[in-house]
Amino acid sequence: MANVTFRQASCTYPGAPRPTVNQLDLEVRDGELLVLVGPSGSGKSTVLRMLAGLEPLSSGELRVGDLDVSARDPGERDIAMVFQNYALYPHMTVGENMGFALKLAGVSREERATRVREAAQMLGLEALLERKPKALSGGQRQRVAMGRAIVRKPRVFLMDEPLSNLDAKLRVQTRGEISSLQARLGTTTLYVTHDQVEAMTMGHRVAVLAAGVLQQCDSPRVLYARPANAFVAGFIGSPAMNLLKVPVGPAGAMLGGVRVPLAPSTLEAAQGLTELTLGVRPESFELAADGFRLDIDSVEELGADAFLYGQLMLQEGPAPLVVRVDGRAPPAAGSAVNLRVRQGEVHAFHPVTGLRLG
Amino acid sequence: MTHASLLRPRRLVTYVALLLLTFAYLAPLLWMLSTSLKSDAEAVSSTPHWLPASPTLQGYTSVLSAEDAPVLRWFLNSLLAASLQALLVVATAAPAAYALARLELPGRKVLLAVVMSTLFLPPVTFLAPSFLLIGWLGWLDTLWAVAIPGAASAFGVFFLHQFFRSLPRELEEAAALDRASPLQVFWHVVLPLSKPALATLALLSFLTNWNDFLWPLYVLLSADRLTLPAGLSQMQSSYTIHYPAIMAGAVLASVPVLVLFLFAQRHVIEGVSRTGLKG
Repeated sequence: MANVTFRQASCTYPGAPRPTVNQLDLEVRDGELLVLVGPSGSGKSTVLRMLAGLEPLSSGELRVGDLDVSARDPGERDIAMVFQNYALYPHMTVGENMGFALKLAGVSREERATRVREAAQMLGLEALLERKPKALSGGQRQRVAMGRAIVRKPRVFLMDEPLSNLDAKLRVQTRGEISSLQARLGTTTLYVTHDQVEAMTMGHRVAVLAAGVLQQCDSPRVLYARPANAFVAGFIGSPAMNLLKVPVGPAGAMLGGVRVPLAPSTLEAAQGLTELTLGVRPESFELAADGFRLDIDSVEELGADAFLYGQLMLQEGPAPLVVRVDGRAPPAAGSAVNLRVRQGEVHAFHPVTGLRLG
Repeated sequence: MTHASLLRPRRLVTYVALLLLTFAYLAPLLWMLSTSLKSDAEAVSSTPHWLPASPTLQGYTSVLSAEDAPVLRWFLNSLLAASLQALLVVATAAPAAYALARLELPGRKVLLAVVMSTLFLPPVTFLAPSFLLIGWLGWLDTLWAVAIPGAASAFGVFFLHQFFRSLPRELEEAAALDRASPLQVFWHVVLPLSKPALATLALLSFLTNWNDFLWPLYVLLSADRLTLPAGLSQMQSSYTIHYPAIMAGAVLASVPVLVLFLFAQRHVIEGVSRTGLKG
């Protein structure tokens, strides 16, 4: 067990114009499952590979526990990784795959067999130990990859989009299994995904990365309720938060000709600005006769909820808007509704920097 | 496939063309086999026959019992030399190719280019220097002279280099995280996964050596030290036009090749297509 600390850690690929990971400061606490999430190209997998020792740091420091591992070989870091495509050794059986690291470490045959059996039991793989990877289903391969990591009892687990090759149903099931396994073993885990639902459901804390820069790292609840900037606001939540450039005055922001009251701290932070980026989640609208009018272009019915899609006329032109309503009697496409923002459920961001106001 | 689709005009043209091509390739082999079963008289008859009128094994018995032509000895010599060379080529090319494909070495690309540039030299240019070297080593008229010079193969390095680069890198990374040293990664992960390519290279090396004619003729002098192709060529002069015996020798020379291909066919096709050298 150990905590992991990135201190001003950067990674620049040779010939790249800018760093793929830029001055990352991040701590994974002892026993924590921290999920690293971001769009493709955000550098999240590179962060993982830096920790694994597969990509060198171009500057900064990387610690596992008290040990500076920045310059150590992958094998000297006591870290196990689950690869996106599992990277099982095709010529070895499941048992040999799981015991390979122990064999290299000189662990006796009996002890190896015991530990492989323990891990196999935990993952329900006992019946498959003699099989080769190509004779396994996707879900089974995924579990073998997990097993290979567990057997070693490493200080840190790394998981690189381990569920992305599974079908939707299996993904949900495996998500739960990984979470409970991690809780049981208590091994510090860094988990990379581009799927924000995975991030929100699995992570004790979630770190959001964009263009190689850490945007925010906090509990899923805080990320959702108080996003630090417009990027996090738009990335976390599905459908995404509505982000609208609107005029602002001392009395609040104006949305579709209707005043939206802002918290005093927000107004204070917005002093001197004539406009700001207003963030409203789809579920933060309510129907109200005195609200602004939205013409509905299309309706997505999901059963319990329905999402209304329309265009809102703003100063800069029309902006798309998504609104969640009760799914039992949604308005039809082509009709119009009057809406207002629920009290206190509004986010405001700086129009240029995107940073949260107040 | 139904008979109707088999007989569609375009298909028909394709099949006829393929059959003709197959025949063009097979004809010399069939002729060799046929002649080996003929009598001396029939072999030189003015109207050639595809099928021997009265098949006889005379050619085989005479080639196997000829006192000045120890064909079995030559066969064994060829087998030894070609097998040894095939083993050595794989043993030297695999580590070299892996180092050039994956290890972080300064000047790696230059090194690969130098190795590959030797492929463009005509093989004949090596005859004299190799001969002098073999003489200096005292290996003239020994099997070492036939097995060793080709044992470090630039083609082998290139071929395996391409193959190793096509292996998924994650496997080697996973092994590195499992605390495997580069040598252990090579031994426990890369080599087992490369069996098709290694088999292909071994086979190609074996065949090159097996069929080589000029070099053994240079360095092997005593009658009982010759390899099969070199020996058979000597027979031609001493036996003037004793065709059935020569063809019987050629059939014997082809048998190992055909047997090897039969067993290794699947591996070879896989090995060649995976290295992207197809066609």
